[in-house]
Amino acid sequence: MKKTQEFRPFMIFVYIVCAFLTVLSLLPFIIMVVNSTRSTNEIQQHALSLIPSTYLLNNLKILTGKSFDPIRGFINSMIVSTGSTLCSVYFSSLTAYALVVYKWKLRDSFFTFIMAVMMIPGQVVIIGFYQFMWQIHLTNSFLPLIIPAIAAPSMVFFMRQFMLSSLPLDIVNSARIDGSREFQTFNSIVLPIMKPAMATQGIFAFVNSWNKLFEPSILLTQQDKYTMPIMVSLLKGDIYKTEYGSIYLGLTLTVLPLFIVYFALSKYIIAGVALGGVKG
Amino acid sequence: MKKKKTLSYAKYGYIFSLPFVITFCLFTLYPVVFTIIIGFTDFKGLGAKISTMHFLAEPFKNYSTILSNATFQKALSNTFLMWGMNFAPQILLALVLAAWFSGMLIKVKGQGFFKVVFYMPNIITAATVAVLFGSIFGYPMGPMNDILRSWFGRSEPYEFFRNPWIARGVVAFIQFWMWYGYTMIVLISGILGMNPEWFEAADIDGATGLQKFMYITLPNLRSILIYTLVTSLIGGLQMFDIPKLLVTQSGPDNATLTASVFIQNQAFAGSYLYTRASAASMILFVIICILSAIVFYLMQDKYEVAEKKQLKAAAKAAKKARKGAN
Repeated sequence: MKKTQEFRPFMIFVYIVCAFLTVLSLLPFIIMVVNSTRSTNEIQQHALSLIPSTYLLNNLKILTGKSFDPIRGFINSMIVSTGSTLCSVYFSSLTAYALVVYKWKLRDSFFTFIMAVMMIPGQVVIIGFYQFMWQIHLTNSFLPLIIPAIAAPSMVFFMRQFMLSSLPLDIVNSARIDGSREFQTFNSIVLPIMKPAMATQGIFAFVNSWNKLFEPSILLTQQDKYTMPIMVSLLKGDIYKTEYGSIYLGLTLTVLPLFIVYFALSKYIIAGVALGGVKG
Repeated sequence: MKKKKTLSYAKYGYIFSLPFVITFCLFTLYPVVFTIIIGFTDFKGLGAKISTMHFLAEPFKNYSTILSNATFQKALSNTFLMWGMNFAPQILLALVLAAWFSGMLIKVKGQGFFKVVFYMPNIITAATVAVLFGSIFGYPMGPMNDILRSWFGRSEPYEFFRNPWIARGVVAFIQFWMWYGYTMIVLISGILGMNPEWFEAADIDGATGLQKFMYITLPNLRSILIYTLVTSLIGGLQMFDIPKLLVTQSGPDNATLTASVFIQNQAFAGSYLYTRASAASMILFVIICILSAIVFYLMQDKYEVAEKKQLKAAAKAAKKARKGAN
């Protein structure tokens, strides 16, 4: 009892700091959402306001009347992110399976190799990658943003860790006795066991791909191929210079899907971050 | 009979890792090798045939040009500077929050909510965040200028990004704001992995909360802190989206120009200086390699233990198999 009393002023300080940080995290987004409902004139009078206005539809008309196309961007980002997430989750599990279940000569060196290439930055790859795609006429295609996800070293590493701790090899052996072929065993028996790991890694892969700007902005130059982050960079340009309300609305539209995903799955996301930190 | 069978399974190891290997060779290895090679040539960008490319008489010409390029030097120092300005407050705040939220010293109510809110900026598209902060610090009219005018009675709007230090400060702040929640969660999981008996023993000895933090929590977080430091540094060296989109043309006197933005400008923003861009990216790569080597060195013992375990298990399994064969 005595102890908690001593701690009281300190606890008040703790809550004040937490409340301040909460405001700091949320305020920019609140300003963004509120301003997306206000007219340019209102924003010029007072750019900081917490009271929504009635110009939402008007702003939407101005926004979509120019080059910003949120629906196109959403669809494009969906295609790229879904495709690359499926590729990385499936093939990383398969590669991890090869590393965990089978004993082959080059296995250990292959694993060391995966660890070593985990840190190769996109900047080192992009020039050669762009030249290569340009030569085979795949710029302005989504394939170069999806197919490379098959080789995701850090995800292979994570999946391997998960398999080592939660895939009983007896299951694989008994499947063999039952006459299941290796590939079939992987697809129908191992993948269901991997579900929790695939879900966590899938969320992160999806969000990462959704947020990517560097590679897409170099590869995709046609406006109808733009993904959401490239759409956002249009808002920075001259065409929306004084249309403040529309800029805020454009930003809100790009963030909306992420907000929905985040608040629906925040429990798993936070748990996933904690797990990655300890194991990675 | 049995021997043959184990051999036939081994081939699936190769088959199942084939998609990874092929994809990696095509989309990572080949581009990296290409990038390295053109760094030593006079390759002219886009549309140039590789056959017209020549190796330079002085192989490191592109490298020396880049290294003595004042803009590149500035971009590199900006990158380290803005990373440092974000990391120091980030790790301090994350440590304090982790100490509070791990529940070893005090109990904070509603910490589930705080964790979700503090981590949230990390998941939002960096491009969106950059444009949003650009608008918040907008000139002549933005929420920040509104605050200056309405609360502090300033008559003239202030052009924040004219000041190079404010421009860098805002980039650093955004990085801090997006990442302290992530670092906090990583540190919390590190603290929760510690043996609770250590803290109980300290309680019996009458240690204060601060003493427990300084003498138990902090020393045992060492490896996680180093891991956080180096991964943050590697990520920070590749900083692109925020400096690219926050201020147009990297601000006054290239105040927010980073190494990645420099590379992208050289190669893809109209100048097609691929050779120089590749030299610049290789320099960045070497820096990152040195830092990664530090990570591997520091984390080595962890993997060695795991690998040794595996080897033992494998040896046991082999013994069993041999016995079974006999």
